[in-house]
Amino acid sequence: MTKTKPTHEVHLSQAVERIKPSGIRRFFDLASSMDNIISLGVGEPDYTTPWNVREASIHSLERGMTSYTANAGLIELREAIASYMSSRFGVTYDPGDEVIVTVGASEGIDIALRSVVDPGDEVLVVEPCFVSYAPLVSLAGGKAVSVPTKMENDFQVHVDDIKERITPNTRAIMISFPNNPTGAVMGKEELEAFAQVVIEHDLVVLSDEIYAELSYDKDHVSTPSIEGMWERTILISGFSKSFAMTGWRVGYVCAPAAYAKSMLKIHQYAMMCASTMAQYAALEAMENGQVEMGEMIASYRQRRNYFVKSLREAGLSCHTPGGAFYAFPSIRETGLSSEEFAEKLLIEQRVAVVPGHVFGEGGEGHIRCSYAASMSQLEEAVERIAAFVKNFKN
Amino acid sequence: MTEKERELLLLIEKEGRMPAEKLAKMLDVQLNEVKKMINHLESRKIILGYSAIIDWTKAVDTEMVTAMIDVKVTPQRGVGFDQVAERIYRFSEVKACYLMSGTYDLSVVIEGRSMSEIANFVSEKLSTLDSVISTTTHFRLKQYKHDGIIFIDEDDEDHRMVVSP
Repeated sequence: MTKTKPTHEVHLSQAVERIKPSGIRRFFDLASSMDNIISLGVGEPDYTTPWNVREASIHSLERGMTSYTANAGLIELREAIASYMSSRFGVTYDPGDEVIVTVGASEGIDIALRSVVDPGDEVLVVEPCFVSYAPLVSLAGGKAVSVPTKMENDFQVHVDDIKERITPNTRAIMISFPNNPTGAVMGKEELEAFAQVVIEHDLVVLSDEIYAELSYDKDHVSTPSIEGMWERTILISGFSKSFAMTGWRVGYVCAPAAYAKSMLKIHQYAMMCASTMAQYAALEAMENGQVEMGEMIASYRQRRNYFVKSLREAGLSCHTPGGAFYAFPSIRETGLSSEEFAEKLLIEQRVAVVPGHVFGEGGEGHIRCSYAASMSQLEEAVERIAAFVKNFKN
Repeated sequence: MTEKERELLLLIEKEGRMPAEKLAKMLDVQLNEVKKMINHLESRKIILGYSAIIDWTKAVDTEMVTAMIDVKVTPQRGVGFDQVAERIYRFSEVKACYLMSGTYDLSVVIEGRSMSEIANFVSEKLSTLDSVISTTTHFRLKQYKHDGIIFIDEDDEDHRMVVSP
């Protein structure tokens, strides 16, 4: 067979080529190839979306609501979001020009970054954090600068750690509390200290509050509710975690009109609008989803209590995660790296967790365990983890 | 009632077999505290018992017939409906008995081994009571959901990806 000369040479964007593949991918492949594993590696609720929400979406299809919505989303939904933000967290947004319904909070993070970052700008990213922040900063042309948090400080952001990293090019700072993967929450006092340095250096804050409702010991404090922060904050949230709606891909951003206008420009060209049937589902969740959400939250809290205590009994030190549905214990005493621990645990005990280093600086030495699993799975998993850890402690 | 007691009740209402050790961890209280709470709730007759939820249709040869009977009665001076209700609910065939608003007064759930057994009960025991004016018997054909539990086999597989960010 004669080889024909290729007529096309693949040339890929350097910006994309520079991005490392997610460290989670390797674990996904490994875990997927194995049977009978208990997975604590899942970053989503173990509930199916409440029936009233699913039913509302079915009804919207029956009525033939299958066309585009306004770019920013259904006005009824934006109004519901604005009224929820105001009554729940005390922050006011105009549903007309300060709220955009996005394709999951993930899109919200992307358009928020792209709307504020110019080439060469630095964005401080408080880590460990959700895996998309730093890659999206770099796709936006910016440079992500990690601000690590540590277990010793309950994974709170320290103002000194921020100050040290501020340069003339620092443009924005990205935070997320309650945090994935650490479960850390920021209280009012901590946020006020944070606000001071942010205001002093006139930074834009991108606050991913997708886990806001999953706050177990005290009420969530929203970043823009702190004095002087509203005008400089882009708030990103969504329905995935609190209403168990991950697969619907519907989230939102709230921001002062100037920022929202800029984000809407990207959103209208890239997405047009979020899925219409998902928006109707989200509207039902906003209007009638509180009771079931309350039950889910109570159950996460109970599982957190159970799981964190059990991890400690198994010999791992673990701070008390105030929110989200993750425990982030330290595995340093075993002498293993996060990756070694997670891989050995998976192969020897068939329990999948995510090694902490994939969540950025400060994550090494930890593993992320999601307790959004059934009680029987948690019991079994903890037993296996205890047996595994015992081998390394002697 | 404390918030913890309420939380405990909600938990064991769903799963009565939960051991005290597990409850203690989930509620973030000491083990002896949970035991005390349970004892207290039992002695106050807030917890009345612990039972299993059974799908009898799957236990071959033991299927029972269930009927829901609407009963109209004449209330009596001084005791209202309570006295006639007591006459009725004391029969062991009666699984549940409620006072209702609307077109009839008592809703009575009867379980028996056959339709004729239930028919006998209605004609001999229930209708013959002085205060009973009329009865309407409905036989249950299929149980879809009972006490919050769905009885139809559903796909309860975990559809989530094993690892996700």
